[in-house]
Amino acid sequence: MNEKELTKKAYELRKDIWKLIYESKTGHTGSSFSCIDILTALYYDVLKQTPETFGQTEADSYIQSKGHAVEALFAVLSDRGYFPKEDLANYSGFKTQYIGHPTNKVNGIEMNTGSLGHGLGIGVGIALAAKQDHLAKQVYVLMGDGEQAEGSVWEAAMAAGNYRLNNLTAIIDHNGLQISGATKDVMNSEPLAAKYEAFGFDVKTVSGNDPAAISRILRTKSAESKPQLVIAQTVKGKGISFMENQANWHHKVPSKEQYEQGLAELNSRLEEL
Amino acid sequence: METKTAITANEVICNTLQEIAQNNPQLLVLTSDSRGSASLTQFITRYPERSVELGIAEQNLVSVAAGLARAGKRPFVFSPAAFLTMRSIEQVKVDVAYSNTNVKLIGISGGNSYSNLGSSHHSLQDLAITTAIPNLEVYTPADRFETMALFEYLATSSSPAYVRVGKRKLPDCYHEPWENFQPGRAKVIRQGHDVCLISAGETLYSTIEAAKLLEDQGISTCVVDLVSIKPLDTQLLHKLSEIFKRIVTIEEHSIIGGLGARVATITAQHTGTCQRIFGFPDESAISGPQAEVFDYYGLSSTKIAQNVRSFLKD
Repeated sequence: MNEKELTKKAYELRKDIWKLIYESKTGHTGSSFSCIDILTALYYDVLKQTPETFGQTEADSYIQSKGHAVEALFAVLSDRGYFPKEDLANYSGFKTQYIGHPTNKVNGIEMNTGSLGHGLGIGVGIALAAKQDHLAKQVYVLMGDGEQAEGSVWEAAMAAGNYRLNNLTAIIDHNGLQISGATKDVMNSEPLAAKYEAFGFDVKTVSGNDPAAISRILRTKSAESKPQLVIAQTVKGKGISFMENQANWHHKVPSKEQYEQGLAELNSRLEEL
Repeated sequence: METKTAITANEVICNTLQEIAQNNPQLLVLTSDSRGSASLTQFITRYPERSVELGIAEQNLVSVAAGLARAGKRPFVFSPAAFLTMRSIEQVKVDVAYSNTNVKLIGISGGNSYSNLGSSHHSLQDLAITTAIPNLEVYTPADRFETMALFEYLATSSSPAYVRVGKRKLPDCYHEPWENFQPGRAKVIRQGHDVCLISAGETLYSTIEAAKLLEDQGISTCVVDLVSIKPLDTQLLHKLSEIFKRIVTIEEHSIIGGLGARVATITAQHTGTCQRIFGFPDESAISGPQAEVFDYYGLSSTKIAQNVRSFLKD
């Protein structure tokens, strides 16, 4: 996809997420809007994986460690044909597999997540297996910036650096906010770049709500035999004015008025594009 | 403790996995600075490319194993039971059991193995913790024959599992190699009609010895090996609770939530059976030479026999 098509796709997906959360009356709205451009770059331009090749050892892997932003993942997977869009009508319903965190009962999802700080270690395992089997696959792990307070993240980062896993790319959705407020006030994890560099990563920073820029940086493979970290500078709630940079939209559900206002904003943005 | 053969569970496991690895290129061993404690040096020297060291980082140890399993490998994870079943328990719950990844978790130096090192190193709650997690099999083998058969089964099964083994050299409870190991099957290893003793793991041998002491005193004693803590042999336990008025369980575990409690969930549903649970009390266990600690808590063969006799007089 070209730059414009990617941006447009991310806004169409925002509409799907907005509708999904409004209709089911549940979801991590701000978090899903924050990372949707990253998922768009991955699933429409970067990831060597299709619904047909998903699960095969050669296919690229994606682990969503910040599992709470599952609405963004569901929107992307259904749009890419991993499962029918209509299935999402039962999101959060009785006995559904479309629950509020990723589960591998859903086609396209490799691992169950939800408790933070697990994804990078799982990614290390998949990347190690690919190295042992001499596969050219790449493993991508998406984390949040609040998640960086989990000690297990650093156990995994140490192992990734130790084994020089250049087939592993960690991405941090760095929106600076978590459920209780600003990440720098709750538990300051900065300087993230220096920390990951010290753990043996090749660190890059990108404008995290620009899918084309993210795609470019993810496609540029480092010459060094190091794992990569991409710090994606994002805006929580990106795309709807009253939701942007508001920690209280972490898992807030829009009212009818808010839904319509937000939808109008997304539509007018799409018309501009 | 009584010692007849000169082999530990770890040595049996290392030998068995080396055999299996010849025809199973996906088999891996993962360690957390525990290759020596797990007696895996031979395996790792023979198959350096089949081993992954994660350092002293038990949470990551289990997450990495789950990732490897997801990518088609068959990881066997070795770490002291005390750390593996507490420090990494959320990774066990989410990345292994809930995600249904084919990871075998081997808790080494389990129970009271590190007797003199204090409570930080004891794992007297591991069976309670692991049996409470859905989609996780739990085993504790008693001797070399059973351990070998169990690991041959684990190498072919695709279910997540936790195995607790101890540190001691294992006396034989059986006399010959097992044909095959079946999950959810307990074994009656001694027939008797006055009382039924149920144990597993390293206390099974003391239980067999206690049964001999009781026999000498005219008490006919049945002994059952409950190696498969989960799934449980409910059929056999139903039968035993119908036959016996008195059942005693003996375990190297807290009396809360262990083997005795598993058995009690069955016997409690059958009137007429009265059960006693012999194990570690709900306290930080005392430290010291293991044989003396076991005697103190009533888990030596003489104390088991003595306490069974008083139970029968009640």
